[in-house]
Amino acid sequence: MRRQLPFFFVFLFGTFMVVQNFVPHEYSERAKEFLSDWTIIIGIFALALGIWSLIHVSLDKINKRKPNWEYSFVTLVGLVAMIFFGFTANVSGSWLTYFAALMVLLISLWLLVQGILGAGAGVTKAKEKFFAGIGLAAIFTFIALYDKSWAFHFYTSEGLENPLFKHFFSDIMVPLQATMFALLAFFISSASYRAFRARNLLATLLLIAALIVMLRFTPGPWGDLISKTSTWVMNVPNLAAQRAIVIGIGLGMVATALKVILGIERGYMGKG
Amino acid sequence: MKNLFNMSRFKIVFTVCVLLSLYSFVNAQAPAVTTVGITPPAPVTELTAVDTDNDHGHSITVKWTPSADDGAGANNVLGYRVMRSNSFEGPFNDTVGVVPLGSTNFENSSSIEEGAEGFIPDNTDFYYRVDALTGDSLVFSSSEVTGPVHSYGQWFNKGLIPVFFAVIIFTALTVLFVSAARKGKELYVRPLAGIEAVDDAIGRATEMGRPILYVFGLGVASDIATIASFTILSRVAKRVAEYQTNLIVPCYDPIIMTVAQDIVKTAYMDAGRPNDYKEDAVFFITQAQFAYVGAVNGIMIRELPATNIYMGKFYAESLMLAETGVVSGSIQIAGTDEIAQIPFFVVACDYTLIGEELFAASAYLGREPLLLGSLKAQDYAKAAVLVLALLGILAVNFSGDLGLTWLVNFKDWFKVID
Repeated sequence: MRRQLPFFFVFLFGTFMVVQNFVPHEYSERAKEFLSDWTIIIGIFALALGIWSLIHVSLDKINKRKPNWEYSFVTLVGLVAMIFFGFTANVSGSWLTYFAALMVLLISLWLLVQGILGAGAGVTKAKEKFFAGIGLAAIFTFIALYDKSWAFHFYTSEGLENPLFKHFFSDIMVPLQATMFALLAFFISSASYRAFRARNLLATLLLIAALIVMLRFTPGPWGDLISKTSTWVMNVPNLAAQRAIVIGIGLGMVATALKVILGIERGYMGKG
Repeated sequence: MKNLFNMSRFKIVFTVCVLLSLYSFVNAQAPAVTTVGITPPAPVTELTAVDTDNDHGHSITVKWTPSADDGAGANNVLGYRVMRSNSFEGPFNDTVGVVPLGSTNFENSSSIEEGAEGFIPDNTDFYYRVDALTGDSLVFSSSEVTGPVHSYGQWFNKGLIPVFFAVIIFTALTVLFVSAARKGKELYVRPLAGIEAVDDAIGRATEMGRPILYVFGLGVASDIATIASFTILSRVAKRVAEYQTNLIVPCYDPIIMTVAQDIVKTAYMDAGRPNDYKEDAVFFITQAQFAYVGAVNGIMIRELPATNIYMGKFYAESLMLAETGVVSGSIQIAGTDEIAQIPFFVVACDYTLIGEELFAASAYLGREPLLLGSLKAQDYAKAAVLVLALLGILAVNFSGDLGLTWLVNFKDWFKVID
């Protein structure tokens, strides 16, 4: 029963969604919206599991002092700090107690998690750390309740207007992502250097085609011929190959979906 | 005598004034107003309003024949204004749309949410009128009123009939070949280098004492490529459990993480080594694309896996992952359904599953008759697509020359309107 029930649900909902695709009626649309909302809800609960997994793995690395454990420390500090910044807003303009509260929160969480996870793993003084964490959490709660210079904001967007939240996102996170994306240019250069070599006929054709397409976007005395040839290469053989692969992918996707719905494909259940 | 002449002149002037006033009064009642230089255009004709087909309701399509002065005649039509009312007599105060000149139809639609702006309730009678507009907002011509018409939702989208039949035929083919496979019929499938390399790659990792890195990519659990990847992971995890090699599975999506944890755990239990399963082997990193790439690249540089397996949906990060794998000296096997990323994997990886080969991988790895049967159905469906494509080329280019009149409308049989 434990294994049959998931297959039954997969068959039921899979068949329903296939039929829904052909039924444009309002009731069908509402059912689809209802199910889509549920996938979002499941995703949010799964996110909690994901965050716990990240914390668990990071703490394990820090406790066992594995190579580069410092990065896991930065990960955890960043995680807690951004959550704190996103749920709070500075009210009075004074930042002293705000940062003091954040430090107290970080230390208390560190001690609590060490105490909880370390109890079974033989971490020294796990119990003491746990109670110390409780004490610091109480201090943090006291500061949060009685300090009027900052406030918690749940269910509202004031936290998103917190200048620290905005600065950490736009001045740290976004530039870091852009930096990683920029590295792609260097990776493409190194991959091209390895790939575009005249080892055999097909590789030589690839080299010539790549050269023509690259020259088209390079300023120089190439004239119309390079531009027209490049356009032909992109619009005829390249597009033909892409469409052939797309047809294959489309059929493969339909076949896989059918196999999953009919219970022929069971790999996602852990049993192939 | 003089007074009499004056009286007559007065009467003439008075009469002319009265007549002019009457004339102005009569013209003020007409919907079309003449101003200096702009005359009212001819109204639109053959105005019809019908429920929009193949939709969820709450939509009415209005069609008309353009005014004779639209691009011809007086050539003073600038557009058309569609007006709506709940009764034939009006008033037509509700402007539901304005379309440019040359237009012959307008779809008056709304969302299914009752509180939405411009909501059109189903099964409610409406009447429509179309005004031909000119450069002067006061100068226009109104058409005859059409109606009553009401909107309602359809239970079957007739525009998807070709897709419906294709699904039925493909399902029938799959069932046919799966039944044949169940009866023990031998089904040949061509060898795939990438799939055959998986076992060797796992063996290499075991001999070198280094872990295997398995990456799902940036897809979500509902992507078909990710589902295909789950199946491949279950096979890889079983081999890994048998060989007692380390497996690292960093996940982008937390739902994929939970499914993958269950798959790997089950694989270890099936291999008879439940105690060897490490829960931290499958973990979540982040849902930010390049932060995920940075983390996985860091894992590659630190852990130096012997084998990297990339199976799923990848985007711009594909080359970054593959190139870092080259630097770390790993053997790399990749498979994705993203067309734009396949060339990057072909260049940087040792083996690449292109397009549908990713979806066929589960059948190759397990060699189960049921899965091989579905592969055969795929192949026959592809052959059918090839034949239809050739017929389509003939239909579009040569049907007239070859006298094959039945081919003229061939492409319309497969038209899909969603």
